Amino acid sequence: MTMPQNPLNYSSDADPAIKEFDTTKLLKNARKQALERNYKDFFICDVDSHHYETEALPEILQYMDDPVLRHLGLSAGNVGRAGLIPQAIGSQDMAGRVTRYPGRSKETVPPTPHRDITLTRRWMDALGVDMACLFPTPMLLLATHPQPEVEVAMARAYNRWLCERILEEDKRMCSMVYLPINEPHEAERIIDEFAERKGVVGFLSTGYLKRPIHDNANMRIFSKLEEHGMPLGFHAVYNWSDSSLSQLNKFISVHALGFSFCNIIHMTNWVMNGMPERFPKLRTMWIESGLAWIPFLMQRLDNEYMMRTSDAPLLKKKPSDYMREMFYSSQPMELVDNKEALEVTFKMINAETQLLYSSDYPHWDMDLPSTIYDLPFLGEQAKRDILGGNAQKLFNLEPTMSEWKLEAQKAG
Amino acid sequence: MPEKLLCAAADLSDTTARIFEVEGVEIGVIRHNDTVVAYRNICPHQGGPVCEGLKMPRVCDELDEQKRSVRQSFDTTEMHFVCPWHGWEFKIETGEAIGDPKIRLSRYKVIERDAQIYVEV
Repeated sequence: MTMPQNPLNYSSDADPAIKEFDTTKLLKNARKQALERNYKDFFICDVDSHHYETEALPEILQYMDDPVLRHLGLSAGNVGRAGLIPQAIGSQDMAGRVTRYPGRSKETVPPTPHRDITLTRRWMDALGVDMACLFPTPMLLLATHPQPEVEVAMARAYNRWLCERILEEDKRMCSMVYLPINEPHEAERIIDEFAERKGVVGFLSTGYLKRPIHDNANMRIFSKLEEHGMPLGFHAVYNWSDSSLSQLNKFISVHALGFSFCNIIHMTNWVMNGMPERFPKLRTMWIESGLAWIPFLMQRLDNEYMMRTSDAPLLKKKPSDYMREMFYSSQPMELVDNKEALEVTFKMINAETQLLYSSDYPHWDMDLPSTIYDLPFLGEQAKRDILGGNAQKLFNLEPTMSEWKLEAQKAG
Repeated sequence: MPEKLLCAAADLSDTTARIFEVEGVEIGVIRHNDTVVAYRNICPHQGGPVCEGLKMPRVCDELDEQKRSVRQSFDTTEMHFVCPWHGWEFKIETGEAIGDPKIRLSRYKVIERDAQIYVEV
């Protein structure tokens, strides 16, 4: 048999222009946007950004209580082989077309501060972001791990590592730390351990839980969050193995539907089971599904509710009324060519007070602050609130401006 | 329109665009199919450095006579700039976005004369 010839090489390694990857250089056009739009004049907080925590696995495992799992992780050589974190199928880097994926892992940084701090500061400073809420990446699928004890052990070790190595070291970074809701008693212990840690501004539930979010076993978790005054974030994920999504054959298909589907499921359960009535002081933020799903779900749920209010007896108003009181992150905002639809969406969700800017950097579909700042239907104050003011209120943040903005302000 | 000298014709590659700054504007210039094209190095999507991305061929779906999907292949007769920020793709020959030809890169007229490359700005 003659093997077919494959002489084509379109990898970024073959391209001298991007061989030496540097985040600041890649994002120089973002910095131009920040200067042109005078972002130096106001605070920008990114409520959903990421790092690749698996690259720091040997460090994270030093914070793990369970010596057997720690040994497993350290001896296996990499996280995939250790089996500690489920791996998502799907080509985020679009077969190498998004060159920061292969480039980022090879980016050169100084020995101090921590590599993740340097890389995060580079993109924050380019985008004009002053503070960032940092989330893990592969760990967003940790809730699907078949061994609940692994989820808990990894969550606790990661949270400890994040607090000590990143959040303690840099006041421009914060996080809603991982909450292992599949194990409610452990989730309660996690809240107690981390609620007062520097830089912890809330707790995070990821998608595809083993029990529905309104399960009775979870009620003490929500009470505890309410007592601490800590918001609960729902960071959507896609799961190509989901029985509905598994019929899709393209990565962009499952990515387009999977995130929204995940938030739609949790939101529907959250609202129809009267969670906002049970925990009226618990603030929730719905992260990373774009915005178009929210008006869709508001209309669907209101329509059903009015025909069958007896199915949701805890509700004292329409589902959309509860949804309008929740918080949403902006990315990935539907930007293509229908500003009218976007404007209606902003009105329907009370975006001026409930929407918070997020970049999702360094992921493939990241949004710049200009996606908010350039919207023609927003006034200047609304832009500033969405880009930073709303996050400041929700997270009770002491705004820390970036050094370059402070210098630019001094220079006039 | 005034012409600006960019470089010697021999300095242009047909694999990677060269980026020039002309009066504060970055312009990506690349040799393509025996001609030279130049575009503003700004992606119309979110402003990424589109000319610095990979140059890649169009991806095609191959169907058999019964319209069954057989495989995917590269069509090297149609090459694209791929924006390194989000992967938006543009025909190098025309600057049109593959997903919506109404969206285009800003193009500059290029003159190749006496072994030198000039751009009209």
